[in-house]
Amino acid sequence: MTDISPSPRPSTLRAWLTDPHPHSPAQARMQQLWRMWRKLRRNGSALLGLTILLVIACAAIFAPLVATHDIYAQDLGNRLALPSAEHWLGTDELGRDIYSRLLFGARITLYIAFLTAIISAPVGLLIGTLSGYLGGWVDTVMMRVTEVFLAFPSLVLALAFVSALGPGINNAVIAISLTAWPPIARLARAETMIIRHSDYISAVRLQGASALRILVRHVMPMCVPSVIARVTLNMASIILSAAGLGFLGLGAQPPSPEWGAMLSTAREFILSNSYVAAAPGIAILMTSIAFNLVGDGLRDVLDPRHG
Amino acid sequence: MAETASFAKAMPGPARGRNPILPQLLSLLRLVLSVCVTLVGLAALTFLIGRMLPIDPVLAVLGDNATQSAYDAMYVKMGLDRPLIVQFGQYLWNILHFDFGNSLLSGRPVSEEIIRVFPATMELATLAMLIGTGIGVPLGVIAAVYRNSAIDHVARIVSLLGYSAPNFWLGLMGLVLFYATLGWVGGPGRIDLIYEFDLQPVTGFYLIDALMAGNWELFGNVFSHLILPASILALSALAYVSRMTRSFMIEQLEQEYVIAARAKGVGRWRIVWTHVFRNVAVQVITVVALSYAFLLEGAVLTETVFAWPGFGRYMTNSLLAGDMNSVTGCTLVIGVIFVGLNLVSDLLYRVIDPRTRQA
Repeated sequence: MTDISPSPRPSTLRAWLTDPHPHSPAQARMQQLWRMWRKLRRNGSALLGLTILLVIACAAIFAPLVATHDIYAQDLGNRLALPSAEHWLGTDELGRDIYSRLLFGARITLYIAFLTAIISAPVGLLIGTLSGYLGGWVDTVMMRVTEVFLAFPSLVLALAFVSALGPGINNAVIAISLTAWPPIARLARAETMIIRHSDYISAVRLQGASALRILVRHVMPMCVPSVIARVTLNMASIILSAAGLGFLGLGAQPPSPEWGAMLSTAREFILSNSYVAAAPGIAILMTSIAFNLVGDGLRDVLDPRHG
Repeated sequence: MAETASFAKAMPGPARGRNPILPQLLSLLRLVLSVCVTLVGLAALTFLIGRMLPIDPVLAVLGDNATQSAYDAMYVKMGLDRPLIVQFGQYLWNILHFDFGNSLLSGRPVSEEIIRVFPATMELATLAMLIGTGIGVPLGVIAAVYRNSAIDHVARIVSLLGYSAPNFWLGLMGLVLFYATLGWVGGPGRIDLIYEFDLQPVTGFYLIDALMAGNWELFGNVFSHLILPASILALSALAYVSRMTRSFMIEQLEQEYVIAARAKGVGRWRIVWTHVFRNVAVQVITVVALSYAFLLEGAVLTETVFAWPGFGRYMTNSLLAGDMNSVTGCTLVIGVIFVGLNLVSDLLYRVIDPRTRQA
């Protein structure tokens, strides 16, 4: 015990991150993140995915600066134009600049994906951990409900919800969230079933912690890594669902530069001017690939059991 | 430790015990019971979705100009004055008799319309499943045998694309390339207009109908319309099936019996196909059953692109028209098929795999 003397304060950030004796919980946490990053860095495809995501995120954030045209400005004299120096990816059926619209479309896509994740992940986590920790009839009822939601293919269920809520981006987010939480709940439940029998939970319980405290402070944090990995993988299918809804005319509505909605209007000109549909489709494909790659990489790092 | 032991016992697993019949029957009964509960849950969910509707169901039937007395009469006739639980009971009773109400668009029973459009989707999804399985299973096996080789990487990229590509976009691009540019396949729809009246729909599966009529020209035309949407739809099934086959195979290839067989001098591919693959075949079949269910989902978007007069297009059209009976009917039917396919794959496990049959 005596040889664990505090090492001298490290001078560089790298030394701080690799110091074998962390001085504070914050430092320990940062070190953990650092080790994960080093593991992730060795995974080439995950890095590729991360790079694509960064590019898309930058495109979304800096869209007003990088865009060359007003995304709603019509130019009917120059409709369905081929790519040129003026319009880098050509123009659509109303003469609007496709490149600029794609950039703003990235905002909508990421907005839908992150909002859905922010809604569905906590709900799934809460239901899964409650169900796994409490067991008994609570578990039975909650898992029944989860199974019912899982019994529908997610796009079909989202369609049904949208039909009841009405079309629009926010309703699409609600509809997709309603279909996205069950797999997360299942995952969190399985994790909780393993965690709740571990010694440290018994120790906390013996100290007199309430079920709520155990759940929030000691069970949920343990489930978070695998939930994050799962949510990242889910993002790919969330984006495909959102684009599908937009394509069917049930998600984002036409003047909006949402990629699915852009494809929906481009469809009418597809046989004569196919490149109009090329760019939004490639954008959807790249985003979805990127989330799949990063999700796979994160799963290997965060959740070794499923790797 | 006692807790861990009881946890292990609670885990679902193959039936144990000396008399395998009774526990098996019991577990089968439990399975059937849980499926019934899930089905009631499905009905409850679609019932609620129908209730969430912003559209007044009475006005949807009568039109906006209905008088107050007509409105009240219809309100009572539709049972809307009764408690919600009684209404749900009525709803359950109706769907047990395959009665989803009448379509607001056509005025005909929804169940009749679903039966009418279903063969088109079945034909599409079945061919897609055959393509996906026919390519996906060998691809997964080869990728597992030659792990980390070039072919494994190709398989990985193919399945990544299958998971990530929006199939409606692939459909659009496929139409541009193979129909408009190369002219290799038929365009949207199930059949060329000039053949429309040659075909006598008996089964509703046009390929089979054309075969029964012995009309090869017709068969060729139907096939040329079917092959592109089916291939594009197949890509997601291919991705799923090949990935799962690969991981099942890798798990089995590491077993000791493989080393034993090799030590005895059994040839490599003989080991792969007659020893290893037979052990994963049941798992692969269940994956194929599940992928079939996902194909029905994918069909919703593919059918829109290819103007395919099937289930998915019927559902989206009803949706856009606010025809709620059709939408909830369709949702319920898809849900029941999903549960059914899950049940089938579960039963296949029990019936085919001798390891779960004998204790």
